Amino acid sequence: MENNVILETKGLSKYFYDPVKFQVLKEIEMRINYGEFVSIVGKSGCGKSTLLYLLSTMDTAYDGQIYIHNELVTGKTDRELALIRNEKIGFVFQFHYLLAEYNVLKNVMLPGMKLGKYSDQELENRAMKHLKTLDMEDQALKMPNQLSGGQKQRVAIARALINDPLIIMGDEPTGNLDKKNSDLVFDIFNRLTQEENQTLLVVTHDTDFANRTSRIITMEDGKIIS
Amino acid sequence: MNFKLILNIAFHLLQARLKQTIVAAVGVTFSIAMFIALVSFMNGLNDLLDGLMLNRTPHVRLYNEIKPSENQPIFLSEEFKNSTNFIRSIKPKDIGKSIYNSKTIISVLKKDTRVIDVAPKVTSPVFFNSGTIEISGVINGIDVLSEEKLFKISDYIVDGTVTDLLQNNSIIIGKGLSDKMLLSRGDIIKITTSKGKLASLKIVGISEIGIAEIDNVMSYTSLATAQKIVGEATNYITDIQINLYDMTTAPAVANEFRNTFNLDAIDYQTANSQFETGSTVRSIISYAVGVVLLIVAGFGIYNILNMMIYEKMDSIAILKATGFSGNDVQWIFISLSIIIGLAGGLFGLLFGYIFSSIIDSIPFETASLPTVKTYPINYNPLYYGIGITFALFTTTIAGLFPALKASKIDPVEIIRGK
Repeated sequence: MENNVILETKGLSKYFYDPVKFQVLKEIEMRINYGEFVSIVGKSGCGKSTLLYLLSTMDTAYDGQIYIHNELVTGKTDRELALIRNEKIGFVFQFHYLLAEYNVLKNVMLPGMKLGKYSDQELENRAMKHLKTLDMEDQALKMPNQLSGGQKQRVAIARALINDPLIIMGDEPTGNLDKKNSDLVFDIFNRLTQEENQTLLVVTHDTDFANRTSRIITMEDGKIIS
Repeated sequence: MNFKLILNIAFHLLQARLKQTIVAAVGVTFSIAMFIALVSFMNGLNDLLDGLMLNRTPHVRLYNEIKPSENQPIFLSEEFKNSTNFIRSIKPKDIGKSIYNSKTIISVLKKDTRVIDVAPKVTSPVFFNSGTIEISGVINGIDVLSEEKLFKISDYIVDGTVTDLLQNNSIIIGKGLSDKMLLSRGDIIKITTSKGKLASLKIVGISEIGIAEIDNVMSYTSLATAQKIVGEATNYITDIQINLYDMTTAPAVANEFRNTFNLDAIDYQTANSQFETGSTVRSIISYAVGVVLLIVAGFGIYNILNMMIYEKMDSIAILKATGFSGNDVQWIFISLSIIIGLAGGLFGLLFGYIFSSIIDSIPFETASLPTVKTYPINYNPLYYGIGITFALFTTTIAGLFPALKASKIDPVEIIRGK
């Protein structure tokens, strides 16, 4: 049972010091199991995005402990954390954040090239496979600025998938999209959990989106209330 | 670390800002090209002036100086051995200009492995007669072949050839002398020595060193002819000139020969110390200008990379979020500046060579330097080495600070800030 835990926090607290000392997160204890599709909801300013950044290992200024796949990540060096992000975590942000200098295919391949587990040829095949499942294979050689918002978000999802991450984290992945594209992104996420047993953790304030996920974590004033 | 990937990313970032990149690289190119052209030209000039001096001055010259004896009779006296002796009105002693045992000294020197060659010389003051007028001058009796080997005197013969001196009773006179006395090649010149001996010599050439003082008094003849004019035997030699393979050792070698042969010895550095000073100052100026140009180019690169970092904040954040460490990002920006420095520097070397060639082909004719037709350039590969090293060094330093800044960018702040 213990091995099924992908992400676990123990006594996670976070303070902001500017302009005054303020506790954003208060002793968060949470656990995400393998294959879950979890959404974090809450009012603006409740600390849900902050929690996600802590979990993503990008923000390291916190009290308490974070375990990814039963491995303590608190206190690791920048380089080790970068490797963990590269290998085990996939990201989808509210604003697509593709690299404008590379075409779609290269954008998807880039984290894989960094990991260096597969050859470039294999990576290209894998990237094309992911783009195909997201219905984007005919856009592979376009530059990001030639794509629509929904298309960019699908490219970002393909990029998040390239290294077979343990968990995909989304920060308002549908926040910038219209209803049709939001549904599309949700369907993709849903299919990933159903078919691939992919673990997903999504911060959102879109209640429609959250209600369709398998587990909802509601936050208020830096605490998990349900 | 995956350097191939980091270089790939650096190249893509450069392509996105191609125009600015080119401007930055052109800055480096310009400064390196100017540096190379300047240093090559300055050193060419130095070599020319040094050559002017070295072609007339042997690395070491052995001769007899007219000077007072160092050991005065009183020093030999037992009685005053422990006293301080004051001697007034000492007169210099002339031990004769002739170098004693010159043949043996020359043969010993010729066997010395440090020595390129030895050129014996007979120098004597003479009067050149033109009608009733006497013009004072100097006659140099030279060993034609070794003199030519060491000092390239043929470079300064403007009329006739130096090998004609091998004929008996022939002479080459300075340009100033020939102009004054209205003599040209083929004429006969009459000479009176200081001891009153008369001689008639045939002019086989005119020499011009470019220094009026010398051209007005100088003449060359063969060793045998000179010995005959001054009425001395064939072992009469007044100077022994020596050129060394390593000319920097000249002062030490001069010192050694002074003690070994019990003769006066002077090295070229002591004889021409003002040349050394001039060369050093010119080198310092050209290097200083080159370094300043490079620093200016470095600031340009710093600026452009800094701007690029502000423009590429999002890209840096996403690279970090997807698993690139601060170190990786730092290397991306350092490789950016190295690429600019390398490309700019290599083009700078090319243009520096082209500029040097252009300067090298500009006519530069001056009466004082008959052998020089164009501006002198020294194409020493060392300057190109220094140029590219400087280019890489300054651009790397210029890129280091922006790169450190980029590595410290907090991705959360940028992603959250949107």
